[in-house]
Amino acid sequence: MTMVPREQGGLRGIPRRATATIAAVTTLAPAEVEVEEPRGADEPEYDRPWIVIVWNDPINLMSYVTLVFQKLFGYDKAKATKLMLQVHNEGKAVVSSGTREKAEYDVARLHAHGLWATMRRD
Amino acid sequence: MFERRRIQASGEGSLRLRLPREERDLLRALPAQLRSLLDDAPEDPSLERLFPPAYDDTESEADYRRLMRDELLDGRRRALETLEETLDSERLSAEEAQAWLTALNDLRLVLGTRLDVSEDELLERLDPADPRAPTLGLYAYLSWLQEQLVEALEVDLPK
Repeated sequence: MTMVPREQGGLRGIPRRATATIAAVTTLAPAEVEVEEPRGADEPEYDRPWIVIVWNDPINLMSYVTLVFQKLFGYDKAKATKLMLQVHNEGKAVVSSGTREKAEYDVARLHAHGLWATMRRD
Repeated sequence: MFERRRIQASGEGSLRLRLPREERDLLRALPAQLRSLLDDAPEDPSLERLFPPAYDDTESEADYRRLMRDELLDGRRRALETLEETLDSERLSAEEAQAWLTALNDLRLVLGTRLDVSEDELLERLDPADPRAPTLGLYAYLSWLQEQLVEALEVDLPK
């Protein structure tokens, strides 16, 4: 995860007029990009609940990830921040668990918010 | 340039937008570009962050894709449409604000994947001679704007 450096107050180095031309130069046309695949479970254990794991990525903002955890799971700011920091520092964190259906629902909502989430049996 | 806050909480998840004209114009072209990428090149590698795998095993993953891919795609298209339609607004409803959150983040995910950014790469190395500089500049701007959006939306969350 990343954060916007506050001391710089935003976009140092971009002149005001440049912002108008950026859109013209920037394109979202297809390109070759490598993306790492997340790792999931090894062996399923059929008597265990499913867990939802969020993996660290270099793009999502730390503040955004915390907000998504609060919004989707109703966690308070302290719990959401703790989970976000675990993802950031340790590379991943278990953010929810339960039946397969619940885990899949949570993963889909995390995917809808652009987070890198996978699920597996605990 | 950025002395003034662009996005402020306006109660119950709604927002007040104070975006200068040139920034609204900068944002204007982006939703349509991403929508046509989603429509015309759904397998483009820069979209991979938008549709990560849920399962390790191929069969469950194929089921998940079959069930969820269209719904996820529709949600993203709708958010981009809302961003496009409300770009000139002074206020955003709570629902529109959530669409901005999703759409700005999706644009960042695609640009960041395209640029192959690292965690600390936002502003420090913005070299005008770098051919990636315009895109990096746009990515940094979207990040800065999204940070403000998140801060404004936090105001109305339970503590």
